[in-house]
Amino acid sequence: MSKRVAIIGIGTTGFRATTPDVSYRELTYEAAMKAYLDAGVEPKDIGSFVSTAEDFFEGYSIADEYSPDQVGAVLRPIYTVPGDFIQSLASAYMMILSGIGPISVAQGLSKASNMLTLSEMVTFAMDPIYNRPLKESPHAVAAMEMARFMYETGTTREQCAKVVVKNKKNALNNPYAGHSVLINTDYVLNSEVISYPLTQMDISPHSDGAVVVVLAEEETAKALCDKPIWIRGIGWCSDTPGLETRNWGEAIYAQFAAEMAYKMAGIRYPRKEIDFAEINDEFSYKELQHLEAMRICKKGEAGPLTEIGGTEIAGEFPVNTSGGCLGVGNLYELNGGHKVLEVVRQLKGEAGKNQLKNVTTGLAQSWRGVPTTTGTVVILSN
Amino acid sequence: MRRVAIVGAGLTKFYRNVQETPKELAFEATKMALDSCEMKLSDIDCVVHGTAPDAFDGIHMKGEYLSDGSGAYRKPYMRHYVGGGTGVMSPIHGWFHVASGMFDTCLVVAEEKMSSAYPHPAGAFLTIFDHTTEQPLFPTLIWIFAIEMNRFMTTHGYKKEDIALVAVKNKKNALDHPSAQLGAEITVKDVLDSEIMAWPVNRLDISPTSDAAACIVLAAEHVARRVTEKPIWIDGVGWALDSAYWCNRDLYYPDYVEVAARQAYKMAGIKEPSKEIHIAEPYDPFTYKELHHIEGLQLCKRGGSVQMLLDGVTQRTGNLPCCPSGGALGVGNPIAATGLMKVIEIFSQLRGEAGKRQVPGRPTCGLAQAWGDLMQVGTVVVMRS
Amino acid sequence: MEITDKMVAKTATKLSADEIQRGKVLSVKWTPKLKYAWDNGPAIGRYLAELKNGKIIAKKCDKCHRIMIPPRMFCELCWVPTGEWVYVKDTGIVNTWVVSYVDWKAGRLDIKGGVRPFTPAVIEIDGASKGMGILHHLNEVDPWKITRGMKVKAVWKPAEERTGAITDIKYFKPIK
Repeated sequence: MSKRVAIIGIGTTGFRATTPDVSYRELTYEAAMKAYLDAGVEPKDIGSFVSTAEDFFEGYSIADEYSPDQVGAVLRPIYTVPGDFIQSLASAYMMILSGIGPISVAQGLSKASNMLTLSEMVTFAMDPIYNRPLKESPHAVAAMEMARFMYETGTTREQCAKVVVKNKKNALNNPYAGHSVLINTDYVLNSEVISYPLTQMDISPHSDGAVVVVLAEEETAKALCDKPIWIRGIGWCSDTPGLETRNWGEAIYAQFAAEMAYKMAGIRYPRKEIDFAEINDEFSYKELQHLEAMRICKKGEAGPLTEIGGTEIAGEFPVNTSGGCLGVGNLYELNGGHKVLEVVRQLKGEAGKNQLKNVTTGLAQSWRGVPTTTGTVVILSN
Repeated sequence: MRRVAIVGAGLTKFYRNVQETPKELAFEATKMALDSCEMKLSDIDCVVHGTAPDAFDGIHMKGEYLSDGSGAYRKPYMRHYVGGGTGVMSPIHGWFHVASGMFDTCLVVAEEKMSSAYPHPAGAFLTIFDHTTEQPLFPTLIWIFAIEMNRFMTTHGYKKEDIALVAVKNKKNALDHPSAQLGAEITVKDVLDSEIMAWPVNRLDISPTSDAAACIVLAAEHVARRVTEKPIWIDGVGWALDSAYWCNRDLYYPDYVEVAARQAYKMAGIKEPSKEIHIAEPYDPFTYKELHHIEGLQLCKRGGSVQMLLDGVTQRTGNLPCCPSGGALGVGNPIAATGLMKVIEIFSQLRGEAGKRQVPGRPTCGLAQAWGDLMQVGTVVVMRS
Repeated sequence: MEITDKMVAKTATKLSADEIQRGKVLSVKWTPKLKYAWDNGPAIGRYLAELKNGKIIAKKCDKCHRIMIPPRMFCELCWVPTGEWVYVKDTGIVNTWVVSYVDWKAGRLDIKGGVRPFTPAVIEIDGASKGMGILHHLNEVDPWKITRGMKVKAVWKPAEERTGAITDIKYFKPIK
């Protein structure tokens, strides 16, 4: 069997700050319906399903109980990956290559608006013996990392603020985005300090939404789809979970995940061989840190590149044309799903006003958020 | 699709209120597994981890916390989760990492520390029920088991005293298991006289809260043959999740186990499971569940499991030993680790390394099965020597 | 390589609940603040609203013709959007039940002191398709006289106390 697997369908509800009119069931059903229509498949054609959820974010213990109904997977092979969406995508990909049917599905959901004590929940993920008793907010952990990153690379707060401005502006033309706005760097720098050097505007607000992706092996993909989007490389990595044992300045997880994906894709010079990227910018500085970790920019170069507009839509290496987490909203487990969505839209020529010209290869990268050091990368081509 | 084998295994002791942290438990099992096949962490390409509700250990995103204890430092690491079925989903998840061709070796770890949850881990199960239509009624996990056991009994006319034999058998088997928490010689009367928890469930019908970790090492064929003389092949995998609307289903029969089993049998080329499966570890969190699952696994006809038990077929010396390890009832039930413990039991039995628990004859084909959620999940793995 | 007693013995150290209480080992405690406000969507939203009105509502799938309770916007088996809303009765039959001596925290009820055990049940609702059950409590019945197929009826809270929740029905009791 060929080793090539493609995305043949994708569906989403879009992302917005609240979704009071629907429960997680209807949200997922809508994304799944759209994805299956897009792919031209029915649930019975699908060999395996993977859902993405974390108990405490859903508010259920054993959140996987509530996964099959919405995606048509009743009494079918479905399981849950408590991880990033791109890990679910990797699972769905590996299942096809293992012979569990020619078609598989990855699903993700965010109902962040339903989580009233979000900060407490994220704190609940910290080490119970060494970290939690200090009662530090998760934003403080990110701020410490930002400070170290800035120190090691010479990146300035202004450059980080530029990321916010760029992404929230890009989001204006993205019909799926929930937090678009036109601002300038002064606005970002002067907004309320949350945990220095992080201000309110440096932090992605959250959004709700769902994404479902349908994958197929080569023959089936070509039969069903005019524009299959091929998975050229995929990688994921977990660095140390301990705050005390991690490298604060560099995103090592992103580096390893990217190298794994590059190796699979046969990519040696990512800046040249990849046309654009959707990168986790949950906190403004993260976009820069990730760009450098993935060798798209050299150390210390991401900030200056952003400053001169190199990562704008019209720039030399467009980053987060969708608006990223800052413009679309932080979707937690689903962040990777939104990144994949944008890369697919661009590669299919369906990105509307933010459409990039002549793109063939895009990269989607995600991170699981504070306090983790887990990241994922997937490289797609049309 | 490549052939994948289990080449090593490790298991901690199963206790309630273990001193070690969840990370440390995971480390102990992982180290033992690697040592058992003389492999090092650097030989491992990827790690998968199975652990059930985060509410037990009291850590959100528990998988991340456990990653270093599971050997996943700077490696591709992924957690999988299907409630109680997680333990047998673990080898499946690991299996396709290797079978897909993406990795040659995979470390599969399962850990559970239930004792951390206060006032009692059972309380965490309140939140598995639908938050709007069921939680306000304050249900507990024992109720849903009792509800199913009742339906199972009234449909087939099974009697409690017959079902109690499962506890007698498994707890006795567990006396020979090094990790066992609750090995004991008990009688049917002991079970029937034990405290009523939620009729028809008595205290001795239930497996205990427990803390433990388990680990197996998977390798692609070309690596497996180098590493060990006795690779145990994962020849069939199956898993299925039924609808969350559990009150809309007839609970007397586990469709989800049948669907998962058929998928695994098809892959393994098994046409008559009751003949071709020599040894089985069905999941037995409650006494009746072993019987319920044996029927779902097609190891006997519907309504035939009690007779099979009474005839001694499922004893270690019988034609189809079930839970020779002592199962969850005898060894302990730290959810995810239990399922992997069962996989390890079949692995050991097929290699002739099960010590005092070794079943007579030379079994060459065995299966492990787990169940989970709101009477929803079946996960099945068929193994051959 | 056989896993032996010796290998396993040093992997874990057993403590007793008492030892932990007495502080024999250092421990940390944490009570998480986990609050959620779940959007229930149109199906469950209507279900709750009708419960407030003292009614039970279901929804029909036009493909498999099941009348489903709790109502849902799509049929999970046919995987199509559901059709009309259907009021069902507030009576039903007992599909299966439990006589429980424990509460949700595994605390023991004072049965000897005269506390009635819980008797939750799956009740198939009249008017919905066969097998369509909901979880609820039974009361006003001897716990040991409950039978499969027993006919029961909902006992509602008075209208002014109903809030639009499953607990607007206090419990089900046998129909004489």
